Amino acid sequence: MKILVCISNVPDTTTRIKLSGDQNAIDLSSVQWIINPWDELALTRALELKEASGGSISSVSIIHVGNAGSDATLRKALAIGADDAIRVDAAPTDAYAVAHEIAEAIKDKNYDMILCGIESSDYNGSAMGGMLAEFLNMESVSSVSKLEIEGDELKLNREIAGGFEVVSATAPVVVIVQKGIALEPRIPSMRGIMMARKKPLEVVAATGAEALTEFVHYTPPQPKAACKMIDADNPAELVNLLHNEAKII
Amino acid sequence: MNIELTDDQKMIRQAVRDFAEREIAPLAQQLDEKAEFSPELTRKMGELGLFGMYLPEKYGGQNMDTLAYIIAVEEIARIDGSQAATLAAHNSLGIGPIYYYGTEEQKQKYLPRLCTGEALWGFGLTEPEAGSDSRGTKTNAIPDGDYWIINGSKIFITNGSADISIGSSVQTVTKTLDDGRKEYTTFIVEKGTPGFKRVTMHGKMMWRASDTAELYFDDCRIPKENLLGKVGEGSKIMLSTLDNGRLSIAAMGLGAAQGAFELAMKYAQERRQFGKPISKFQINAFKLADMATKIEHARWFLYRACWLKDNQQPFGKEGAMAKLYCSEVAREVADEAVQIHGGYGLMKDYPIERIYRDQRLLQIGEGTSEIQRLVISRHLGL
Repeated sequence: MKILVCISNVPDTTTRIKLSGDQNAIDLSSVQWIINPWDELALTRALELKEASGGSISSVSIIHVGNAGSDATLRKALAIGADDAIRVDAAPTDAYAVAHEIAEAIKDKNYDMILCGIESSDYNGSAMGGMLAEFLNMESVSSVSKLEIEGDELKLNREIAGGFEVVSATAPVVVIVQKGIALEPRIPSMRGIMMARKKPLEVVAATGAEALTEFVHYTPPQPKAACKMIDADNPAELVNLLHNEAKII
Repeated sequence: MNIELTDDQKMIRQAVRDFAEREIAPLAQQLDEKAEFSPELTRKMGELGLFGMYLPEKYGGQNMDTLAYIIAVEEIARIDGSQAATLAAHNSLGIGPIYYYGTEEQKQKYLPRLCTGEALWGFGLTEPEAGSDSRGTKTNAIPDGDYWIINGSKIFITNGSADISIGSSVQTVTKTLDDGRKEYTTFIVEKGTPGFKRVTMHGKMMWRASDTAELYFDDCRIPKENLLGKVGEGSKIMLSTLDNGRLSIAAMGLGAAQGAFELAMKYAQERRQFGKPISKFQINAFKLADMATKIEHARWFLYRACWLKDNQQPFGKEGAMAKLYCSEVAREVADEAVQIHGGYGLMKDYPIERIYRDQRLLQIGEGTSEIQRLVISRHLGL
């Protein structure tokens, strides 16, 4: 079995995001980039499955759509343990374009299972995995928080309202994963970092898929209002402020 | 001139930082409180590949440069001085002499195991009456056929007595020459050798979760194959090891300063007095500005000393300067960080209290600040 994990390159979740002057772009000048946390968990689970497979999973590959600035993120994924990487050389514009580019890049590579994070932590679109499955004409299962392989069958826990359901699927399949798929992301070892230099990172030309959406402008969230501390012995003051100042009761 | 870290060095920093925050931070206070050495954390540092980072792969190392190793020490020290001490002492003082001066057989015998984190090694130089005066060694070794017999004692030996410590390099006097000068020779003494006793030292103010030992040699017979380097080379071996070790002690100072600074920043922005965060008072903002400035100076000077070493250029003077400056910056920054914390900075519930104690060793261990100034002044031709 060959596994492919789709990797997004996203700003570190602690980054303070600034907008450009006209508010239609994000100022990326001082952003630290990381592997999208959901993708990192997907990669961790893929590696766990490979290690436990006794050789039946032959490889875990990663794919990414982005420019050369993403290579450090891809090297980290290789340092964590991915065997090889493909980077489609294009700026990721929207989910449709990214899914299209990935589908074109891998259509002849016969991956048995493709893992995608349920969303990326920057734009939170949650659309790419489903679109990729459609382009590849593969089945897909979304919101998967547990993934086991039993013989030729995949057992997948899906989160649903109030609980979860267990579904089964067979390869080839796109699995769109959620928090819980792995306990915590792996930290690359020093040996892994050194080995990552030697692992293949193939850069392929983009097909030029066009985005179906465009960003018009961004609106930053309202800054948090100052916190008022009220003495625990003074509930009347709390009610007064909620009623007269916050006007929510 | 390129003063940007490589992508690999940045990844190493992030990996070690994630490890320290995930694995060490939750245990640091408790281990310090109990003065408990953790073989488990040592093993985990080994799994991450932090031991033997600068050694070739054939000895179990990672084939990385000095700067990568220094960044790793810095990141561990940012969270906990004790674990950083275990790491820096084992790499620089434990592994160093065997790697640089051991025979091929000795390297093959010891290094692969010492790179795993399952075994540690001590550096037996300091004695009760031989501290800054490292040539005041009284421990002696006399030849006896195919053996040497060692008598004497060592003190303050990091990684010298834990169960997983499997031996120490030991400086001895092997002869007193006619003009009164002594001949120094270094030997490998394995744990379990008859006549070799190790006693864990207790009651430390700092590095309480690291292993510190007294070593006693009572007619301790070791085979002649345990000679490290050549007879008469002992002092050179030990002092050149300290040259390398200075960089890692400097890294400990830098990391401790960084950790103290971050705690002070966080506290100053959260703590409110007189109706606003105390960071908004100029006196605190300027303190933090000074701390940040000193740390940046310390960092880039240390990295330059590493660069010199990695490029096979002399770094003795810069290494001593880095050790002196980084350890003094650690003291100044930790002191101001406690001041910003006010009364809470004196409480064990706040990690700054531990950093404040731990940094105090850095101006003393592996050559006091005074000895660093002596080394620097000699490099200046004084």
